Amino acid sequence: MQLTQNHIDYWHKNLRLTAILLVIWFIATFVVIWFAIPLAEIKMFGWPLSFYMAAQGSLIVYVAIIGFYALKMRSYDNEHGVHEGEIE
Amino acid sequence: MAVSQKSFTQQLKKYYTFYTGGFVAFVVILAIAEKMGVPNKWLGYCFLFFTILLYAGIGIMSRTLEVAEYYVAGRRVPALFNGMATGADWMSAASFIGMAGTLYLTGFQGLSFIMGWTGGYVLVALLLAPYLRKFGQFTIPDFLGARYGGNIVRSMGVIAAILCSFTYVVAQIYGVGIITSRFTGLEFGIGVFVGLAGILVCSFLGGMKAVTWTQVAQYIILIVAYMIPVVWLSVKHTGIPIPQMVYGTVLERVTEREKVLTNDPGEKAVRQIFADRAKAADDKIKGLPGSYQAEKDALSKKVEDLKTAAASKIEVDAAEKALKEFPATPDAAKAKWAAEKGAASGRTGPPQPHATPFPGKDEAARDTTRLNFIGVVFCMMFGTAALPHILMRYYTTPSVQEARVSVFWSLFFIFLLYFTAPALAVLAKFDVYTLVVGSKFAELPTWVNAWQSVDKTLLNITDINKDGIVQLAEIVIGGDLIVLATPEIAGLPYVISGLVAAGGLAAALSTADGLLLTIANALSHDLYYKMINPNASPAVRITVSKFLLLGVAIIAAYVTSLKPGNILFLVGAAFSMAASALFPALVMGIFWKRASKWGAIAGIGAGLGVCLYYMVHTYPTFIQWFGTTPIQKWFGLDPISAGMFGVPVGIVTIFVVSLLTPAPDKEVQELVDHVRYPNLAGDIDTRGT
Repeated sequence: MQLTQNHIDYWHKNLRLTAILLVIWFIATFVVIWFAIPLAEIKMFGWPLSFYMAAQGSLIVYVAIIGFYALKMRSYDNEHGVHEGEIE
Repeated sequence: MAVSQKSFTQQLKKYYTFYTGGFVAFVVILAIAEKMGVPNKWLGYCFLFFTILLYAGIGIMSRTLEVAEYYVAGRRVPALFNGMATGADWMSAASFIGMAGTLYLTGFQGLSFIMGWTGGYVLVALLLAPYLRKFGQFTIPDFLGARYGGNIVRSMGVIAAILCSFTYVVAQIYGVGIITSRFTGLEFGIGVFVGLAGILVCSFLGGMKAVTWTQVAQYIILIVAYMIPVVWLSVKHTGIPIPQMVYGTVLERVTEREKVLTNDPGEKAVRQIFADRAKAADDKIKGLPGSYQAEKDALSKKVEDLKTAAASKIEVDAAEKALKEFPATPDAAKAKWAAEKGAASGRTGPPQPHATPFPGKDEAARDTTRLNFIGVVFCMMFGTAALPHILMRYYTTPSVQEARVSVFWSLFFIFLLYFTAPALAVLAKFDVYTLVVGSKFAELPTWVNAWQSVDKTLLNITDINKDGIVQLAEIVIGGDLIVLATPEIAGLPYVISGLVAAGGLAAALSTADGLLLTIANALSHDLYYKMINPNASPAVRITVSKFLLLGVAIIAAYVTSLKPGNILFLVGAAFSMAASALFPALVMGIFWKRASKWGAIAGIGAGLGVCLYYMVHTYPTFIQWFGTTPIQKWFGLDPISAGMFGVPVGIVTIFVVSLLTPAPDKEVQELVDHVRYPNLAGDIDTRGT
């Protein structure tokens, strides 16, 4: 099995996408927690912002990250011809 | 394959729509039965036995003797349904019953579990699920064995998988026992075995195939059961049936109420009484050994005095009882007084502000609280991405793309419950702070008395300062009460309480199923088939697996009957162990070709070793069990977050040792390429048979 440049490109795109999404995940989680006390000063529909993020906002970000990854990777699969085809 | 994947999915949608309709009809019939005067106890029985019967039915229909069906449900579970099954597999008794209660009791700090138990799926989706699916064998040790070569790594994987799954399953069976005993009046021990029968009939007959289809059914029950009471409560308080969107305003009102209650004179009086009690107990402890005789004499004198004063029989009896129950030795007295002191001093402070992050008296205390929040989030996330019973589920989808989509559905279905739990906690708190606090003892709502008589640790309201009014400081609430009693707090018919019990049972059973299967598979597939007897026929392999399942279940039930302490800690410990042992080896095996066999061996050993060392030396129950010497907590981090040390140690060890040992051979390099691409021309084939 020999990897072509096309395959290597695919893998690098995957790595870049994964890295970007992990950075977003890190911000939505650990940066938000780190600054929770100052963020609590900001109010959003009654919630202090840090409470809202930990209880709901970050969770929505997580769901979005995973959904985006699945869609984007599907298009990379097709673009680079490594998709699995129709499952009968 | 007889039917195409597409029509199979269509068929499943039809079945489960019918099923959901049938379940709703079942609830409606029971509601009518309640109106006609069927006693509550029978409604409870109906819910528990009919749902267990249903799961058993699915188990029997899905019985199988084919290896791929037994271990990975034939690899044809569509993304949506695998998502629901993962959701049920994931959400345990701790999530369903315990989560909202933890949030009620700890406010912002409890949100660490909400974040950790959802954010971990980002790691599963991005770093593991698609690659494991492409690898496509049966268990997690399978991957470690193939990637790093040799039986040592595989054995370590087996040990780690069994260690964390077993710790976790004990917590689940405990939950099953509590629910069955509370809603049917059966004894705890019997409740455990009734529930166990429900678990076994399903996984025993059909392995992963039966477990998958039962879990989908269980997810539907548990999510319906969780939502109905919360939506009702939300309509009651805000007029809007979407609690998750509107509880911000209720949270504001809770915060205002906290301020009032902090400065209320009645509250302060009660807190002062507790402070006095704590001090009195402390004085008695300090006065030992002299105080022992003095206290005993005082009690005898009181009995004499009452008798000479011709006091009522009740008063004399009470005094005599106190004298009779007085500890026999000064040591016993010390233990009793220390317990009294602990109980009282826990109730001397004002209410914890619900919405404030990291409350603490000074900067240092707040920093430690924040660090522990981060620790829990970290360990729950990395643990999620390493727990074998969850990762195994992504072997069951038909393709890599479906595996990716399936993680999305998994988190979506989990999210539905987890973003509701904080709303439920706030709504329930508002009810307690406004309806119960400030009311007269003579006019307490009926659910208060009902739950007080069931279990004093769940709810206990006593008029401490004898003013006839309920103060917040006079209420003791156990976390589990919140979900179990919400239907009654909201004034819903009993049938909804039964539904909630059925939901809790579904949550506990489905997780226990997945875990038992993981343990049995690790033993039968990895240990027996791969290492002891590679020539075993499929029928023998499945039979061995079934008997192991039975054996493991019985051992787990036995350990559970010993009541080994705090459920939430057990669950947390399982996550820390999984994260430390498995996460570094799995992820580096995929993303770093240079990771070598000896690197993995050292990394798994060091990660798990550090994690266990820390827990065994800092968690009081473990210190007692193993007789270890306690150590100072590192950076003040709680034992539940031991994985925060284990994971980095594991990663660094794999990195260093891999660079010091020879690079993996060409075959391993090819395996890594193989898992990285969903489809590769001239590819090797690693699918398990």
